[in-house]
This record gives sequence, C-alpha cells and structure tokens, in this order.
Amino acid sequence: MKSFDLQVKNVSKSFGEKAVLKGIDVFIKDGQFVTLLGPSGCGKTTLLRIIAGFEKADAGEVILSGEVISNKSPAHRPINTVFQSYALFPHLNVFNNIAFGLKSHKVPKDEIEKRVNAMMEMVNIVDLKNEMPATLSGGQKQRVALARALVNEPDILLLDEPLSALDANLRKKLQVELKEVQKKTDTTFIMVTHDQDEAIAVSDRVLVMYKGAIVQDGTPEDVYEHPVNRFVATFMGECNILESERVTDKLAKVAFGELVLEKDPQWAAAPEGKCCGGIAIRMEDIHVCTAGENFDNNVFDARILERIFRGDYWELIAELPGVGNAESLKLRVMTDPDEIYNPGDQVKLYMEPQYLQVLAD
Amino acid sequence: MQTEVFEGKLTTRARMRKFGVLLTGPGMLWLIVFLLLPTAFLMVLAFAQRGSYGSINWDFSIENLRRLVGFSSFGWSPDNLLILWRSLKIAVITTVLCIAFGLPMAFWIANHGKTMRAFLFALIMVPSCTNLVIRTSAWMTLLGPDMFPAEIARFFGIIAEGESLYPGSFAVYIGMVSSMLPFAVLPLYTSVERLDWGVVEASRDLYAGPLRTFYHGILSQMMPGIVASVILTLVPSLGMYVISDLLGGGKYMLIGNLIQQQFGAAMDWPFGAMLGSVLIICSVISLVIFQRVGGKNFV
Repeated sequence: MKSFDLQVKNVSKSFGEKAVLKGIDVFIKDGQFVTLLGPSGCGKTTLLRIIAGFEKADAGEVILSGEVISNKSPAHRPINTVFQSYALFPHLNVFNNIAFGLKSHKVPKDEIEKRVNAMMEMVNIVDLKNEMPATLSGGQKQRVALARALVNEPDILLLDEPLSALDANLRKKLQVELKEVQKKTDTTFIMVTHDQDEAIAVSDRVLVMYKGAIVQDGTPEDVYEHPVNRFVATFMGECNILESERVTDKLAKVAFGELVLEKDPQWAAAPEGKCCGGIAIRMEDIHVCTAGENFDNNVFDARILERIFRGDYWELIAELPGVGNAESLKLRVMTDPDEIYNPGDQVKLYMEPQYLQVLAD
Repeated sequence: MQTEVFEGKLTTRARMRKFGVLLTGPGMLWLIVFLLLPTAFLMVLAFAQRGSYGSINWDFSIENLRRLVGFSSFGWSPDNLLILWRSLKIAVITTVLCIAFGLPMAFWIANHGKTMRAFLFALIMVPSCTNLVIRTSAWMTLLGPDMFPAEIARFFGIIAEGESLYPGSFAVYIGMVSSMLPFAVLPLYTSVERLDWGVVEASRDLYAGPLRTFYHGILSQMMPGIVASVILTLVPSLGMYVISDLLGGGKYMLIGNLIQQQFGAAMDWPFGAMLGSVLIICSVISLVIFQRVGGKNFV
C-alpha cells in the first residue's frame, strides 16, 4: 500500500528583506496529526501555504509519497485545505459547497451524492444540506469547510487556525471532533495554531516554531514537560524560569539556594559557571509542603504575597528570599482549591528534581 | 441622581423606530412631491389626448398606447417599436461593455497603493465633471475623418477611404460607454476591495480551473457590486438621448429623442407621457429580469 509521507526539505522563504522561513526540514509520517505551533509571525502559516501550493518556496523542496510537488499548482496536489476564514462559496448551498471539488473532477453525479452525504453524516450537518453559508453559525461553517476538504479524500489535510474564530466552549468540543474525524479517516492532518492548549489536546506531534525555524519537535507531553528553551517553556503555558549557575553535574545554584537536578546531559557537559538558558519549573510542579511533610532536598522557605482565584485552582505568588547578596525571587505556585493559603503565610516549597527542566537558551 | 445619556438614547433601536418617521420625513416628502406625484401624473396624462395647439384634452383612452405600438390613421408602422427596441439594445450592450471594461479596471485600480488609487479615481471622475454635451462634442471632433482614430481604422481596413467613424453606431457606443463607465467602475471597485481571496484559493485548492475559479471564486463574491453597476448603467442608458443625437447623426432616433420631441417640437404631452411611462416600465422589467436570471444564485 502506498503511504503518503510528506517531506519538507530545507525550505526557505523571504518576503522582501524579511526571512520568514529559514531552512525548514520536516518529515511527517502518514496518518499523523501534526500541529505547527507558534506565535504570530513565526512562519507557521507560510509553511502551511507552501505545502498547499499557495506560496512558492525560495529554496528547498516539498516531497509527497516520494514525488517532488514543489512546482505543482494547488489544483494538482492531492492536498486540501481548511481555511481560517472558512472561505465557503457564498452562492452555493452546503451540499454544493461540499461537492465543489468532486464536481471539478467531474465525478459521476450519483457518486457525488453518495460521498457528500456520507461526509455530511460524519461531521453532523445532514440537516444543513440546503442552507446557504450566510445563514450558518461559525461552528457550522467550520464543519462544512472540513467536509468540503475531506470529501476529496486528500492524502494530507491542512488546517489553518481552523478553530480560532470560535468561542472557547465550542472550540473544545470541535477539538475532540477534529481528533475523531482524523482517526476515522486515517488521514494526515497538519494544523496551524497559536493556541498551545489546542495543540496539546489534538496532536500526535507538535512542531513549535519561532522566528522562521522549528525550535522543538515532539509529542505534546514532551514539549510541555521538557521544553528545550526559554521560548518554548514560556509559550507552552505558565512557567517559572530560574537563572542558574552550574555547581556540579547535578547541582545548580539559583537565587534562593542550591537545587538538586536530575541527570541532564546538557548540564553535565557544560563547564562550571553560568549555564544554559536557566531552569524551568511549571507552577503546578511546585509543591506546598503540609505540616510534618519532609523531603531530603529542594525545600525552600517562602512567604505568600498574593493569591488569585482561578476557578479550578489557586495561583499563589510566593516570595523566596535570596541567599547571599542575591535578590529575592517571586514564583508562581498552583494549589488545589481546598488548600487555602493567605497572603503573609510562611510556607515551605518543594521542587521535585524530575520537574526541573534545564533550558538550552 | 440619575443621569441620562441623550446621544445614546437617540441611537437606540427603539428610539430610531419611534422617531424614524420624523427623520426620514423630509426625504420622504421630497420623494412624494417631486418623484411619486409627477410619475403618477405622467401615467394619468399618458391616457389623455392632445388638443389643438398642444393643449391637453382629458378624454381618457388607450389611443396613445395604440400609437406607440404603431397604429395611426395611415395604418400600422413598426417605427416606434423599432425605436424602443433599439433603445433597449443600446442600453443593454452599453451596460455589458461597461461591466466588461469596468471589471479589469476595478482590479487594476485596487492593485495600487492608496495615493495612486485616489489619483486614478480622480482621472476616472474628471470627465464626468464636464458637461455631457461638451464631452460628446469632443468625441465628434476626435472621431472625425481627419483625426487619428479614423486613420488607424482606415489603415486596418475597418472603414473605407473617405469614411469616418462618426456619425454612426460605433461613435454612439464610444460616447455611451465613455460616459457610463465611471459609474460602473465605482461599485465594482468596492466589491473588489472586499473580496475574500480565501474563497479564490479554496476554489483552486478544490481543483477548479481558471474559468471555474473566476466564476465561483470571484464573480460570486462580486455579484452585489455587479448588480449595483448594472443598475447605475442600464437605467441612465435607457433614457439617454443627447449622445445618440450628437454622435448618431440623425440616424439614431432613440426613445429618449422621441420623448423629447413630444414634449418639445410636437407639443404632444400625452403621447410623450405614454412613451415615458413605457420607458419606466421597461427599465423596471429589465432590472427584474436581470435580478431573476443573473442574481438567482446570489444573495
């Protein structure tokens, strides 16, 4: 059986003086749900448009199933796109919008009927068959756009910020549906998003992009738990970053004392002195010790400055006094809603070595 | 103490509904007094008769309608119907040409920077600021036998030696299109500006060729602008008579000329009123047909 592996080889692109993509290399295996994640201006949409064929790369190749497709027009690529603005045909009803690609290919009428109906069933829009796009809600338009692309059975489906225009609840619901549809159709999905929660929720693999390059490539768990650098750490949710100096291969000096780390090759290889891009710890990974709780190391005194109610958790701002002539450091700590700490309370904070992540830069 | 925000209140929906009549009143009154009443009077007058020395004889009959379709004391002649047909034909062809020329122009203008766009618009609008008769007279000179357009046409064998481009139907179309084009371009330009290019890309993404993409990706979105353009071109074209008079060289009697004649030299106001009423009805019917056929699939 043919497998639709996509290879992006050393793709670069500039708009005028500005280099938008700087030599992107990616191999995407057939059937994966891959997310291009990054802040606006990082080049993720440009990369997607190069894969779709709407932009031409200045250098590099796009290879699908072993065939170079860089010079083919979008109409000749077995790739379909779900556009950010949905881009439904305003004068065609839902059925005809979905049937558009099949009609372009002059598929027999009864087959069109069959495939469009099946697709409408899959995305739950059967009763919208005769509606015009102008009468649809955002979520319904999104489903039509998805069906319109998928009905052509593309080798790869590209999604350009497909859920960004929807409200939070609907977005979460559609994330689940998107994931289900991807599994059902067993098609490669490549989605662009700037929303890290969305990326984590739906993807098999996340490519974090920053300033025209892929800075981290891994599973959602990987990218979240083990960010490689300061950008990824702060972009993937709330994160405390500690400026650090290397003492030994498992010991780091930070403002409020010395931290024991898990063995990290990067840390071990570094020379003594200021090392790497600091150490990251997520706010949910800092533990507030209860009375009588004891740990061997990495326990520090702190004073609560503030607490902020976040609904399903409390966010505490804790101040850790500096050691020597270092200034005190404010950290953000997450606690359960039933653990009440008040501003002014003295607490002990524990940072488990396995959650301390050394950043490259 | 409670404070009231008057400005806010004035623009609420309920307020607008309540006071809407007041606000639209002056405009409404104007339309009723100066448009609706005269039109109604015209349609009544159409069924009266011409008295001696151009007076109006209020004997109602359909005599004028019979005259319009060609019956007279000398038997039947197709002249009036031919004039009406010719007027319709010229108006429709002018409109089609204006849209055909206007579309690329709209895209071309939209493709420029802000300052350049303003300049191009000024270029388009400036001719409309001069008097129609003067503009048309300029065409009479320009299309004359010794001028370069005629010489070019002669060179390519389009016209014979000694002939000129004016007077004739070519001159009439030149005059019509050049005076109507600005009004066709403006609404087209607005819809080009508002184009969602995502739809065009979607069409290409869904394997459509250039023609299919032009129709479904671009025209479909521009339909409101095209409808506006057609209305702004077709309706004035139907009543236009100065251009055909000056550039058609007397061979080009249009319904506008005929009406002008009745209210002027012939002093036959009732027949003029009948012709005018028929023209209004023709305009409305052609717009309805256009909306039904052209706008069927478009919101």
